[in-house]
Amino acid sequence: MIPAPFDYVAAESAAHAIELLSQHGDDAKVLAGGHSLLPMMKLRLAAPEVLIDIARVADLAGISVDGDELVIGATTRHADLASSELVRADAPLLAHAASLVGDPQIRHRGTIGGSLAHADPAADLPMALVALGGSVELTSAGGTRLVAADDFFAGFFETALEPGELLTAVRVPRRPGVAWGYQKFVRRANDWAIVGAAAIDGRIALANMGSVPVRARAAEQALADGASAADAARLAADGTSPGEDIHADRAFRQHLARVLTRRALEHIS
Amino acid sequence: MSILGTRVLRTEDPRFLTTGGVYTEDLTDEALDGACHVFFVRSPIAHARIGRVDLSAALAAPGVIAAFSGADLADLPAIEPMMAGMLNAKMTRRLLAIDKVRFVGDPVAVVVTEDPYQGEDAVELVDVDYDPLPAVVDFDDALSNETILFEDAGTNVVVEFGNAGSLKPELFDGCEVVVSHTFGNQRVAPAPMESRAAAAVWGEDGRLTTWIPNQGAQSARDDLAKMLDVEASQVRVITPDVGGAFGAKFGADPEHAVVAWVARQLGRPARWTETRFENLISMTHGRGQRHTIMIGGSRDGDVLGYRLEIIQDGGAYPRIGAVLPFLTIMMATGPYSIPNAEAIGTSVVTTTTPIGAYRGAGRPEATAALERALDLFAAEIGMDPADVRRRNLLPPFTEPHQTAFGALYDSGDYAAALDKALEAAGYADLRAEQASRRASGGTVQMGIGVSCYVEITGGGDESGAPQENATVEVHPDGTATILTGTSPHGQGHSTAWAMIASEELGIPVENFTVRWGDTDLIPVGGGTGGSRSLQQGGAAVQQASKELIELARERAAAALEASAADLQFDPGRSAFAVAGDPDASVRLADLAKDERLFVHSIFTAPGATFPFGTHVAVAEVDTETGKAVLRRVITVDDAGLVLNPLLAEGQRHGGIAQGAAQALLEEVVYDADGNPLTASFADYPIVSATELPSFELASMETPTSYNPLGVKGIGEAGTIGATPAVQSAIIDAVAHLGVRHVEMPTTPMRVWRALVEASAQGTDSESA
Amino acid sequence: MQVELTVNGEQRSDDVEPRLLLVHYLREVCGLRAANIGCDTTSCGACTVLLNGESVKSCTVLAAQATGQDVVTAEGLAAAGELHPVQAAFRAEHGLQCGFCTPGMVMAAVSLLRENPSPTEEQVREGLEGNLCRCTGYHNIIRAVLAASGQAEVTA
Repeated sequence: MIPAPFDYVAAESAAHAIELLSQHGDDAKVLAGGHSLLPMMKLRLAAPEVLIDIARVADLAGISVDGDELVIGATTRHADLASSELVRADAPLLAHAASLVGDPQIRHRGTIGGSLAHADPAADLPMALVALGGSVELTSAGGTRLVAADDFFAGFFETALEPGELLTAVRVPRRPGVAWGYQKFVRRANDWAIVGAAAIDGRIALANMGSVPVRARAAEQALADGASAADAARLAADGTSPGEDIHADRAFRQHLARVLTRRALEHIS
Repeated sequence: MSILGTRVLRTEDPRFLTTGGVYTEDLTDEALDGACHVFFVRSPIAHARIGRVDLSAALAAPGVIAAFSGADLADLPAIEPMMAGMLNAKMTRRLLAIDKVRFVGDPVAVVVTEDPYQGEDAVELVDVDYDPLPAVVDFDDALSNETILFEDAGTNVVVEFGNAGSLKPELFDGCEVVVSHTFGNQRVAPAPMESRAAAAVWGEDGRLTTWIPNQGAQSARDDLAKMLDVEASQVRVITPDVGGAFGAKFGADPEHAVVAWVARQLGRPARWTETRFENLISMTHGRGQRHTIMIGGSRDGDVLGYRLEIIQDGGAYPRIGAVLPFLTIMMATGPYSIPNAEAIGTSVVTTTTPIGAYRGAGRPEATAALERALDLFAAEIGMDPADVRRRNLLPPFTEPHQTAFGALYDSGDYAAALDKALEAAGYADLRAEQASRRASGGTVQMGIGVSCYVEITGGGDESGAPQENATVEVHPDGTATILTGTSPHGQGHSTAWAMIASEELGIPVENFTVRWGDTDLIPVGGGTGGSRSLQQGGAAVQQASKELIELARERAAAALEASAADLQFDPGRSAFAVAGDPDASVRLADLAKDERLFVHSIFTAPGATFPFGTHVAVAEVDTETGKAVLRRVITVDDAGLVLNPLLAEGQRHGGIAQGAAQALLEEVVYDADGNPLTASFADYPIVSATELPSFELASMETPTSYNPLGVKGIGEAGTIGATPAVQSAIIDAVAHLGVRHVEMPTTPMRVWRALVEASAQGTDSESA
Repeated sequence: MQVELTVNGEQRSDDVEPRLLLVHYLREVCGLRAANIGCDTTSCGACTVLLNGESVKSCTVLAAQATGQDVVTAEGLAAAGELHPVQAAFRAEHGLQCGFCTPGMVMAAVSLLRENPSPTEEQVREGLEGNLCRCTGYHNIIRAVLAASGQAEVTA
């Protein structure tokens, strides 16, 4: 299978990419690793007229420290995220999540910015970012705005990205030494999560329990009120309305959310 | 020392590892220069009347040469089901559907382009009006005949093997315990890594040459000739490298014929390679049976009665799948001595992908039903499943054993295989570990599954006793060529056949060229399927080699001016020498200098052979999430003598993995409207390396007298033995929590539901 | 558009359609047909090649994205007529049957061993999770990779 025809432009800088984005509007899509976009295009679920390749833009890559936060360039690949000493020390949950995305080949190509902008509610990195309470930098010709992970994911494969905006960087709080847990329930190692749960510092995020990666807020509140992990986890599915597919119906997903949340709260990964 | 029985590395490997095999899509044959590319328009609806097929937009798209719909091929005969005498002959098919579509994926039109990229664009532009009809997905819906797929047939029943009226009410008389259950043997996708493909060109002589990945060029040729309504002599099929088949590439499919038809229509070569999406919805699927079993016996473990009722899903158009109950019935009682047994089957059509052969084809279903029945019986009487099996196995035999279902088992020692497997597994220790884990009440529990089987390999067809032919030729340069009627696609015949001939001729294995899959070169052949190749094709190579030595002996006698009777053939030197005078010798190769030295020979077997064995599986189940993990598989697979352990083990490994995959993961799923939900490798969970352990193989070799090599078939043992063993292990892991059965695949959701239901029942009975 | 890249050590420059997938570029433009296409969904790994020394699925990379980079296919792993140690191990351990997944599997294994020269059996299985094989049950593939890593055989 192959994509429908398109024009290809390689951006030379972030500013250039943004200029191209505003120039082409809705007809354009940003291409980084291409591991979210190209599969959609091959299935003809997406057919942009222009692809703006940002993979070789130097100022979109790299991982650095900015005070209490790690700043991760949008084109940072999953493999680099998973093996980064900085990320493993300061945000090990994120490094672990990145090490579970797809398979090695996908991790050699896929990027954090691409995965977040794709906004698959079953994916690893969106759940990890919500659990970590991170944020994304969205840059347009008008400047850069910071959007919290909780506000970024707007719906099934939908985000707060406005036309003309480029996801340029990801920020996550540095939490060296803080205990965390990560649970990805799959039938095969490289499948998307049937349900996922990630927990750190009193925050709990769930994958594939709705149209976006969601917080298990009732469980978080119980934790804040002093409940045990087991007691809090019983509330993990409250307020969720997960979809149904061949792997799980709604009741099973909610059951899994409770079990996986307890395990994540027990710092199992 | 004999080369037979040794671990000879495959001679075919280096090119596969470096430049890669030459599969149909890789062909660069000159005859295919300028080929056009064929793309199929497939029905997105399970069951509908076809209205207008509008090709105009596609015809106007860039690079489009032509487009055709079913009406354009209406002159070609409707395709009758195979064995039309047995199957309902009114259930015919068109190469491209004309009046109705009957499954999602049914081809209705083709678009032909210069370039393959143009084809994917243009195929979306074909506009077909469909008038939807009710889908028939469920067995009961099919049997009810409320919606009929083939109006002319007047029924959805393709064939009945016996009928309910013939069942004996007294079958279970005298049984202290009778257990019955209905369960599925689910539809799975063969999913060879190479999808289907074709390349076709017609010569100026009016003959078709076509390259098709297949399991037997000769049957593919015959199928094509029938579909194209030409003489078989007008068709030449060439088999390139084949990227796996597993039963699903036997013969030719309508798509292959359409590609040939397009090539003739346009007067230029045509090529086709299907996408994985197409492959998963339109290559034949396998299995697809529903079983109702009833098993009865004494409380001390004697099985006295067994009844198996089968419903077979044939899919939209009857193919070999519709015949599978015949084999399932034949193998219904497996390796056991059951005094009273009966089995019947009914095949129906449904608005789903046609069912064909898949590794095991009918026998895994028989074993799964019987082993599940034995487990249910064992659970009911509270006896260890291995003990129940041992108690009921047939005693060892060396003279053929006739079963009540018409099978003639050639040789077997089933209890020895069971004991060997249990010993290799450390069965007693496993049970002890299981008991302690149960006692500790941990989240992750462990289960052990045991499956004994006997299967049928190398059976003949209606034309008579199983046969295969081979030609062996020695060349003056010391090399040799073997022509075989078998058709390897991973099995390693190049190496194996060379080993057999090398043993006789004294020519090194690497000096052989083994050829197959060209119907002009090898007009007759049975192909590779049903685990027949070594026992018949290999035996033919050995027979031809022996005959070649005798032919050469005459020439050697003339050359050495000696009596043929005084000549000894020394394989070490690949030469004849006069007894007592080793210097008076002549090399075999030298005898081919003046006149070609070759023999064509046909080997005829007295009948099918019946390999057997026992598989033991160990699984862990997370009782909170229902997820099962396969920890160990230990197998004894006795397929007679082993020619090359490396190849035989490879066959066992692959079969075990596929069998385990059916138990654990794989299922083709349709929704109620007949839409496939597993049409990509993202959704169809073909097993990967992370879900499997390394396998533990114990060896056992009980020879057969049915061929001089003493071999039986090994290709399908894995799926037959492993599927029930793995399913049983998973159920056993949660048996102490009240679970008696979990359907395949044993998905986490199913295991969890079974646990929830068992827990609720436990609570009910406690409160009662 | 023009793409310039190195394929198996050879510098190339070709005019291609922007949507041309790297796997089709390698197969149809370069004539390197070892990499195969086994699925539509980046699932099977039969098309795996090395891009700058790392395994990628060439069905999900545009030829355009490979510009300026270094591609190695199974054909380029060893000199003609020779086998790379991983290729040799696949043969010695009977790690291939029909051969369709093999070039991709070998490239994935080469990449895996570069990143982790002494993997455990579990790490090999996880490292090959993106490559499907329908013939071998993976048993001998795992053995081959362990053998190629120079470790004593872990499995029986």
